[in-house]
Amino acid sequence: MLVTTTRGEMDDSLLEKREGTVDNDNETTTWVEYWLEEELVHRSAHVRLKKTVTLTSSVASF
Amino acid sequence: MANTQSMCTSFMEELMLGEHQLGTASLTSRTSLTAPTTDTLKAALYLASATMNASATAYTAVNEVSGTGYAAGGVTVTNATAPNSTNASPTAGVAFFTPSASITYTTVTLSTAFDAVLLYNSTQSNKAISVHTFGSQTITAGTFTLTMPANTTSAALIRLATT
Repeated sequence: MLVTTTRGEMDDSLLEKREGTVDNDNETTTWVEYWLEEELVHRSAHVRLKKTVTLTSSVASF
Repeated sequence: MANTQSMCTSFMEELMLGEHQLGTASLTSRTSLTAPTTDTLKAALYLASATMNASATAYTAVNEVSGTGYAAGGVTVTNATAPNSTNASPTAGVAFFTPSASITYTTVTLSTAFDAVLLYNSTQSNKAISVHTFGSQTITAGTFTLTMPANTTSAALIRLATT
């Protein structure tokens, strides 16, 4: 599979792949990195938002 | 400094003024007196060192991310779902809205850490809607995707609730 990197398109067989996930109350995030020896050449992240922002309304009584 | 997830206070005022039409518009108002018009929403990313919060009134380039493949102002938000509302009781209900697709920044390099996105209305003078935060990220020749929560009464991205 070809991967877009800072050095152009590269075959992933030439790269070291690192992945991770963060899951908490606010989000679920997954990320993937490709390294060429000690150089980070690609990093993508995917954040799934969990928290809503809410306006709570009220009306006054007469 | 830090970014804080919140609905923008000015947005609440502007709702009362009828200045925003999210999703598929169904009311005829403002810019057109003959047909409904839907506003264009955009999403801009902000550095972790920024201070975006409820006091934001409009999009600003100050402390916005910059880098290869990222255009100032961010990307257009797919906005094809009309807001919805549900009554939970005679005195309580929820109106809610979620953009209808993920927000995606494709093939970008954002080397300075960012942790917030500002949703704003580019049709209405870039007026701010809401700030959403997440864990600090950098992107290298890659794609950053924000997947929206379910468009439900309890999980929608933006909710207006009576209690």
